[in-house]
Amino acid sequence: MSIGHTLLGLLESGPRHGYDLKRTFDEKFGQDRPLHYGQVYSTMSRLLKNGLVEVDGVESEGGPERKRYAITDAGITDVSQWLAQPEKPEPYLQSMLYTKVVLALLTDRSAADLLDTQRSAHLRMMRILTDRKRKGDLADQLICDHALFHLEADLRWLELTAARLDQLAKVVAP
Amino acid sequence: MIPEGSLLAAHDLRKTYGSTPALDGASFSVHPGEVVAVMGPSGSGKSTLLHCLAGIITPDSGTITYAGRELSAMSDAERSALRRSEFGFVFQFGQLVPELTCVENVALPLRLNGVRRKAAERTALEWMERLEVDDLGSKRPGEVSGGQGQRVAVARALAGSPKVIFADEPTGALDSLNGERVMELLTEAARSANVAVVLVTHEARVAAYSDRDVTVRDGRARDLEHSA
Repeated sequence: MSIGHTLLGLLESGPRHGYDLKRTFDEKFGQDRPLHYGQVYSTMSRLLKNGLVEVDGVESEGGPERKRYAITDAGITDVSQWLAQPEKPEPYLQSMLYTKVVLALLTDRSAADLLDTQRSAHLRMMRILTDRKRKGDLADQLICDHALFHLEADLRWLELTAARLDQLAKVVAP
Repeated sequence: MIPEGSLLAAHDLRKTYGSTPALDGASFSVHPGEVVAVMGPSGSGKSTLLHCLAGIITPDSGTITYAGRELSAMSDAERSALRRSEFGFVFQFGQLVPELTCVENVALPLRLNGVRRKAAERTALEWMERLEVDDLGSKRPGEVSGGQGQRVAVARALAGSPKVIFADEPTGALDSLNGERVMELLTEAARSANVAVVLVTHEARVAAYSDRDVTVRDGRARDLEHSA
């Protein structure tokens, strides 16, 4: 995820402090990976240097100085360009799972067991996400759905590969 | 042989159609209130397993125990009575009776068990409310959408207060959104009423609503989480 673009996008609704940006980011996109303060401040100083944000005010109120950031016109253009640009579809060709299956076949280990164990781990994760989706709000549902569809795609590959193991064995370990 | 606390358990089931083995030593168990997904490729024997567990077909060998009673020791009439009073069914295409209204369909298991019409339809409406289809009471199955019909079918399966629901590809004919809603409502209702669910599906996203899954392959059922 482009943290810079996301923070910029959050600034479009109005100026915010670094802490406020972190909190909003974590709430909306952080899920299991909240931002570190260091990440926020280093990103903001980069955006500042590139003229995409400006300091809108500085408050101290007896504590350390807190900068309030505002997005610039160049920043708004940058967000627009980022949103308009499609993400590169991942080809997933360097699959760890494929490597493991081939190695199992080459070394006379049970590739079927390997696939079954993986399948079970995938389903366990899908169950956790489904439960989280059930208890969560719409944002949780959409995020979990994205992960669930990817896991499901993996699972379909696992099933198809399980059905083609004999064929694959002839090719990789004749 | 029978896992402790299980409500329905099968051990070493074998069933052959002609020379084709459908089940080849399959074992299975489900606890009260537990949702177990039965997965596996087409032709793996998962539907045969479900039909054996539900007492619809008789295995060639092996044992099936429901609440401490051996299914094969029962007469056909006893097994039918058991299916009527203790089991509920949800199939891929609802299989509602087209001539009856939705509320009459949901009330059917109760009526077959001798409950009077008014009381049966009152209970039916409560379940339809739970499944968010109470406004369809007077409609016939032909007048409702696939997703609505399937919710009516789930309400019907639950209306007779079964102990086990057998669901064979219950979302197979629905789009993702409707399928998910049916699964949410089915599993929520079953868990809160402590009803066990045996869910046959080939879809991982549907199986993810279960507590546990077993995979049937070449007529054998594997429970990876329990055997691991």
